[in-house]
Amino acid sequence: MKKTYKIDVDCANCANKMEEAASKTEGVKKAVVNFMALKMEVEFEDGADMAEVMKNVLKNCKKVEDDCEIFI
Amino acid sequence: MNKKQKKMLIRIIIAGVLMVTFALVPIEGWVRFACFMLPYLTVGYDVLWKALKGIKNRQPFDENFLMAVATIGAIVLGDYTEGVAVILFYQIGELFQSIAVGKSRRSIAALMDIRPDFANIEDENGNLTQVDPGEVPVGSVIVVKPGERIPIDGVIVSGTTSIDTAALTGESVPRDAAENDEVISGCINMTGVIRVRTTCEFGESTVSRILELVENSSSRKSKPENFISKFARIYTPAVCGAALALAVIPPVIGLIAGTDPGWSTWVYRALTFLVISCPCALVVSIPLSFFAGIGGASRAGVLIKGSNYMEALSRVKTVVFDKTGTMTEGVFEVEGIHHRDDKTGKCTCQAEGVAFSREEDDSDHPHKHGIDICDTCKGHECKLLELAGLVESASSHPISRSLLKAYGREPDRSRVSDVRELSGKGITATVDGIPVAVGNAGLMESLGIEAVPCHEVGTIVHVAIAGAYAGHILIGDRIKPEAREAIDLLKEKGVTKTVMLTGDIKPVAERVAADLGIDEVRSELLPSEKVEAVEELLKERTGKGTLAFAGDGINDAPVLSRADIGIAMGALGSDAAIEAADIVLMDDNPVKISKAIGIARKCLRIVYENIWFAIGIKVACLILGALGITNMWAAIFADVGVMVIAILNAIRALSTKRA
Repeated sequence: MKKTYKIDVDCANCANKMEEAASKTEGVKKAVVNFMALKMEVEFEDGADMAEVMKNVLKNCKKVEDDCEIFI
Repeated sequence: MNKKQKKMLIRIIIAGVLMVTFALVPIEGWVRFACFMLPYLTVGYDVLWKALKGIKNRQPFDENFLMAVATIGAIVLGDYTEGVAVILFYQIGELFQSIAVGKSRRSIAALMDIRPDFANIEDENGNLTQVDPGEVPVGSVIVVKPGERIPIDGVIVSGTTSIDTAALTGESVPRDAAENDEVISGCINMTGVIRVRTTCEFGESTVSRILELVENSSSRKSKPENFISKFARIYTPAVCGAALALAVIPPVIGLIAGTDPGWSTWVYRALTFLVISCPCALVVSIPLSFFAGIGGASRAGVLIKGSNYMEALSRVKTVVFDKTGTMTEGVFEVEGIHHRDDKTGKCTCQAEGVAFSREEDDSDHPHKHGIDICDTCKGHECKLLELAGLVESASSHPISRSLLKAYGREPDRSRVSDVRELSGKGITATVDGIPVAVGNAGLMESLGIEAVPCHEVGTIVHVAIAGAYAGHILIGDRIKPEAREAIDLLKEKGVTKTVMLTGDIKPVAERVAADLGIDEVRSELLPSEKVEAVEELLKERTGKGTLAFAGDGINDAPVLSRADIGIAMGALGSDAAIEAADIVLMDDNPVKISKAIGIARKCLRIVYENIWFAIGIKVACLILGALGITNMWAAIFADVGVMVIAILNAIRALSTKRA
């Protein structure tokens, strides 16, 4: 299951950090952040609760880059 | 500039003015320190704040944290001006980056801003109401006024106009359109009011499909992008480690050796390392280059589904084409009419001394459409074509339609009776009471009529009247006028091998290939054999060279997805092709293939320029900094200056005129 979210972040390296943090979140198979399009594509593990997982993704992203937002 | 950026600009200006002023005023001691704290905090409070948060979140390599350490370190060492300047320039760089990225984001979005906002629906009284295009059902009539964007695909029911297709195809010459012509959504209606009967819903319209494709084009990353993310991950820790080593090891060696450890010198050098430790220039300029390249390509009518395809396209060495619809028009046309000569028993095409000419007169003669005709029927009604047209009038086969088109008038069906369609052979019927047979050599054979083979290559339709052979009509598929140029341009671009695949018969395929200068041709292939042929060619390619397959997307979707790069041409009408292809050419001009390669090459060149330039300058500054030759001023240039230059270079990828 793949889903794309709009994000907001100021610097390209921060986008990379978000990508790494999101990918490491439990329930996420793969996350790709596109800094230019300001989008995050998240591929979930089978049977993952998307809403719950995205909450954790946002939390983990905020840890690596405080000034970021994911529009869930 | 948005609010955030304006606020930043004001802070930068205030801090800059304060810094210069205090640097010129001869103050000493703690007053001087207090004075410099003013601009430092004005411009850098958010960096310090974020640095604190970074510490709390255990992010030791957060660039805010590193910048804070470098500047506070400089201030502690007494280099107030440098400490403030570093943070000032850092913020200028961030601001520039944010403006440049925002600007290119907007300009590329504007490039693809083909989304129509409304459709005009006319009521009984002729009043127009604007409705959401998503609410227009299939088959309704919409009105498009001059200057408006056509919201939904359809067919013109009334009105003539010229249409600007530049937003879709990159073609700047407007196209004329009249009643019964198809129009594509996303194009701009320029001169006249037209009424259009919609042929699909908005969601399935060309414009919606293209927007979807462009918006989702970016999740596939290229090798340079992945390299940069990995590089960024190790670069910062490595530079920080080096900085720490530089601050500690030489002074300790000095201590052991009993000489002056020179702590402040080494710490200062270490701090310059921290200033260069941010990989920003690289990290922002690479995706920006690809983004600009993809944006520029879409303006030229080339949709690229991801930066990985951009990269693969830049390394194309083999290009495989489908024949019909890619190299040829895909529309069958009568090319010649060859009567049987009663005296010799041969067809006119084989008789000696009969000249062929293309007659371009204005008469109603069916031959005026640029068809090869023989002397015997010059100026006459062509019996052969007339009979063939009448017999085939009920059929919808492309060959029947080409015969009718060449016949050039409405067939009088009352003259035709007893129509029998023999699948795979042809048609027999009675015209004006005379039995007529129109079909291939197989049909003639089954009727016991001896057919005369044609000397030319193409699809041959034989005609027999009252059981006697009357002659044949040559039908061909015209080679696109740009096809030859397209192949030449590809070779110029360094494509080493061109291959044509076709289901057509060998002589036709070989003639087309020879005309165009294609290296290799494989004919009489079934669709599944095309996939096998591509797989064979994939095995043959060497090194880093990639293989691109270009087709019109009709029943070659499996081949499109099998090739390294699948290019669908003129794919505006085919969902399957847009789905399966990696690159979509909006019009069906094969020259666009080499254009796409040119765009990809330019983009990749910029990407590599940026990688080498940014890494080169940073490494040079690191070495010079370690040796104490440069200072923090050079370090801040290596950080901010390089970023600015790399961004400006990246934006170049947007221009595709000379690609």
